[in-house]
Amino acid sequence: MSETATTAAGGAAPKVSNVSEAIIRIAGNSQDGIQAIGGFLARLAGRSEQEVMTFMTIPSTISGGPSIFQVRIGSGEVLSSGDEADVLLCFYQHSYEDHVSSLKKGGIVLYDSDHVEPKAEWQQTYHHLGVPISGLTVEAIGGTAKDKGKNIFSLGLIAKMFDLNLPKLEKLIGERFTGKDPSILNNALAAFHAGYGHSLGSVLEVFKFVDSQKKDHPQIVMNGNEALGFGLIAAGVRFGAGYPITPWSDIMELLRRELPKYGGTFVQTEDEIAAISMAIGASYAGRVAVTGSSGPGISLKTEALGWAVMAEMPLVIVDVQRGGPSTGMPTNVEQSDLNIAVFGGHGDSPRVVIAPANVEDCFYMAIEAVNIARKYSVPVIILSDQGIASRIEAFEEPNLEKVCQDISPDFTPVADHKPYDLAPVDGVTRHVAPGTRIASGKYPVVTGLEHDELGHPTGSPKLHAQMSAKRRKKLQALGAALPLPQIYGPAEGNILLVGWGSTEGPIKEAAARARAAGDSVSSLHIRHVNPMPNGLENIFAGFNHVFVVEMNDEGIYGYGQLASLLRARYCDPKIRGINKVDGLNWKVKDILSRANDAVATGLRKM
Amino acid sequence: MSLTLPFEVLPRTGNLNTGLVPPLSDADRKGLTKKEVAADHPTWCPGCGDFSVLALYFKLIEKRKIHHEKITTVAGIGCSSRFPYFVQAHGAHYIHGRALPFASGISLSRPDLHVFVFGGDGDAFSIGGNHFNHTARKNIKLTYCVMDNWVYGLTKKQTSPTSPLGFKSKTDGWGSMDHPINPMKQAISAGATFVARTTHTNPNHVLQMMEAAMDHDGFSFIECLSECVEFYEGAFDASNPRKGGAFNTVPADHDVTDEAAAYKLAGEAFPGSFGIFYKTTRATKNANEAKIVSSHQEKVKGLKDWQILQKNFDRLK
Ligand SMILES: Cc1ncc(C[n+]2csc(CCOP(=O)(O)OP(=O)(O)O)c2C)c(N)n1
Ligand code: SF4
Ligand SMILES: [Mg+2]
Repeated sequence: MSETATTAAGGAAPKVSNVSEAIIRIAGNSQDGIQAIGGFLARLAGRSEQEVMTFMTIPSTISGGPSIFQVRIGSGEVLSSGDEADVLLCFYQHSYEDHVSSLKKGGIVLYDSDHVEPKAEWQQTYHHLGVPISGLTVEAIGGTAKDKGKNIFSLGLIAKMFDLNLPKLEKLIGERFTGKDPSILNNALAAFHAGYGHSLGSVLEVFKFVDSQKKDHPQIVMNGNEALGFGLIAAGVRFGAGYPITPWSDIMELLRRELPKYGGTFVQTEDEIAAISMAIGASYAGRVAVTGSSGPGISLKTEALGWAVMAEMPLVIVDVQRGGPSTGMPTNVEQSDLNIAVFGGHGDSPRVVIAPANVEDCFYMAIEAVNIARKYSVPVIILSDQGIASRIEAFEEPNLEKVCQDISPDFTPVADHKPYDLAPVDGVTRHVAPGTRIASGKYPVVTGLEHDELGHPTGSPKLHAQMSAKRRKKLQALGAALPLPQIYGPAEGNILLVGWGSTEGPIKEAAARARAAGDSVSSLHIRHVNPMPNGLENIFAGFNHVFVVEMNDEGIYGYGQLASLLRARYCDPKIRGINKVDGLNWKVKDILSRANDAVATGLRKM
Repeated sequence: MSLTLPFEVLPRTGNLNTGLVPPLSDADRKGLTKKEVAADHPTWCPGCGDFSVLALYFKLIEKRKIHHEKITTVAGIGCSSRFPYFVQAHGAHYIHGRALPFASGISLSRPDLHVFVFGGDGDAFSIGGNHFNHTARKNIKLTYCVMDNWVYGLTKKQTSPTSPLGFKSKTDGWGSMDHPINPMKQAISAGATFVARTTHTNPNHVLQMMEAAMDHDGFSFIECLSECVEFYEGAFDASNPRKGGAFNTVPADHDVTDEAAAYKLAGEAFPGSFGIFYKTTRATKNANEAKIVSSHQEKVKGLKDWQILQKNFDRLK
């Protein structure tokens, strides 16, 4: 909690500290509705023009189990969900014992004294504040509610502790419970007020957020999966197919629910192969379609993906990465699908891979994916991950009227059509959907066999070489058109941290923290993974060390997946990796210490 | 170069609402001739049964005056699956076993097209077996003609899921031992709403089945015996009167809506019966989805797409 001013308070009243940000970790079991508390806080922050980022863990068993939700709210820029919490709200003994170490020294443990027995050895390090949360909730709303309302009661406690805007929170609670039985809303408000009205007693200080910078536009609050799903809708996608798997399922559920309003359909298929096949079929039929998956489901799609490359079909594939291989760590974060996304499949099969850097980026990159797929007649993989999928962020509300696209197919008859015309130097041809009349009377067959310009099979070595080049040149053309990523920090210095995907925030924060401490560290985030923009080598040239920070294994030869790709492209020995596979998001301090270690170790022997 | 086209331009459609778009005026258009609908010369072995299936598909297109752009021919991989290359119309040659989900994507997003899928027995019942079941139960509107030759033709004589017991293939030199799949039973039990059986040696019957299948509103499945002269010569002689066999149509009193009776017919020993075994009406997935769409669109009537999305976003503030 960065405190900017402290007002001493007299008497028994707790002192009020002005803070610019706070990290609150809520620990309990998944059925306690702790996600809801976090969600309320995140939404409130969004409405208060604050920045917010959350982090949560979900047990992989449906029957519940320990779960946490961490929310970081700031009046300034918030880049990660934070390394150490200021406040730990814990419902059970196990929540207390497992998470007390996530608190910074001197942080506050707010615990349910009906379930938690504080430990003497920790009472020196952290402020402890016990509130009989369970009992008081029952008192406030009656015994039938049991465990139900204690999350809202706790929200009241937090609201008091942080002097949060009461009417706004009441409004949010009201919105959340609209349409339901009015007694539910009344109970929720009763629990909330009971928590808010509870005397914080011995607590030493309460906090007040300093005003955040005025934002010109209203903010919107959602997680990465929602942003991707809505982004696809905004892009004009009206057909999709998928098979359930965590953490991709949220997106397919959203599309299944929402698409019919737009005249669209999302089909739950018998497996992932059927899903991608159906999506390709719809794309072929003229509706750039989406499929997606996570983990093993992505592996299943690779044969069909190769077909889409060969047949030059537009298609969007969402890969919400999780810990692998095989069933792996289904509810943990990992960035180990870059290789399958870029190279997965047999044969030379160039496809586009992009990776959104944050929740807002999920929305816009979904649109970009669709547009690249259409323009270049190529499958585009969006590499998201479990971290970004479930992370809630506030961002400037998009101008939907401007952003939303109509990509309904164009059946304007054509004089002649060669689906695999070799004439364009950039290799780019346009897909013409069935339903289109072709005046020449020569109709295209789209195919996975090597083919001539009309799509008819050929064994000609020359045509295979030409067609392979065509498929490759499209991506080279795209690469040449891509903008270079922005460098955060000076363009020259000692260390450049390079990342991709969900880690932009913590990497950027790490670099900023290092610079504040006087070190020469900048960062760069690669959003276009395949093809990459041209000219990265000029950026790398400005630094002594280029560390690629990834949540994947360092691999047999010592480099992570993006690091290997960059090394292959630039043959630059100063490109090295900082990798980990513990299933958790990066902590800012860990990135920094690993970077410092790597500098100290120096270049490996080649 | 400016295009001069002899026909009017189809307007851009709304998403998935092609059904509402006025169709191209076809009144002045003549039906296609065989020459106009034939593309590459088939690469099949001389005498392969697949030739007659193709010829009858051309006949169907001619007879029913289907225009090039109104039809889509889809196939997986196999000898039979080379089909789309030989047809002068929009077509797709997809991957082994997955033609049905691909075709379903076309069917579900394009109510204006008729989708025909052709393929072999391995494609349909081995690698694609599960897709067959699910396409049938979902009752997706398309016609699926399996050219069953009881063998893997393209890969040169391995056992197929429909190879009869004892068939000596390269993978079962001592004779096939695995109980074969009965395509008709499979289709009926999977929930197909149109199930018919025919053979390439009876052209009129093939055409009749194709027409009935095409007119069926739902998943229409035809098992068409199609001899592989290269690797399973004489497989179907017992069904060919010219080879001393018997071609029996389904009994006149057979009730095509009676599932149990259809299943019983499917269980007859070879050569069995030919014709429509089973036909029922059940809402197609196409219709069910269209219903969901129209009920949802009713609720957002008058709103532009971005305004519908805005409503969601307003709740996320
Ligand atoms: C994934 C995959 N596995 C195997 C093959 C090889 N393959 C091509 S066709 C075929 C079997 C063809 O038999 P069938 O479907 O009965 O068609 P037919 O050639 O008899 O008409 C096989 C195994 C392939 N193309 N793809
Ligand atoms: S191998 Fe058999 S199925 Fe294939 S073309 Fe020749 S005869 Fe026909
Ligand atoms: Mg076969």
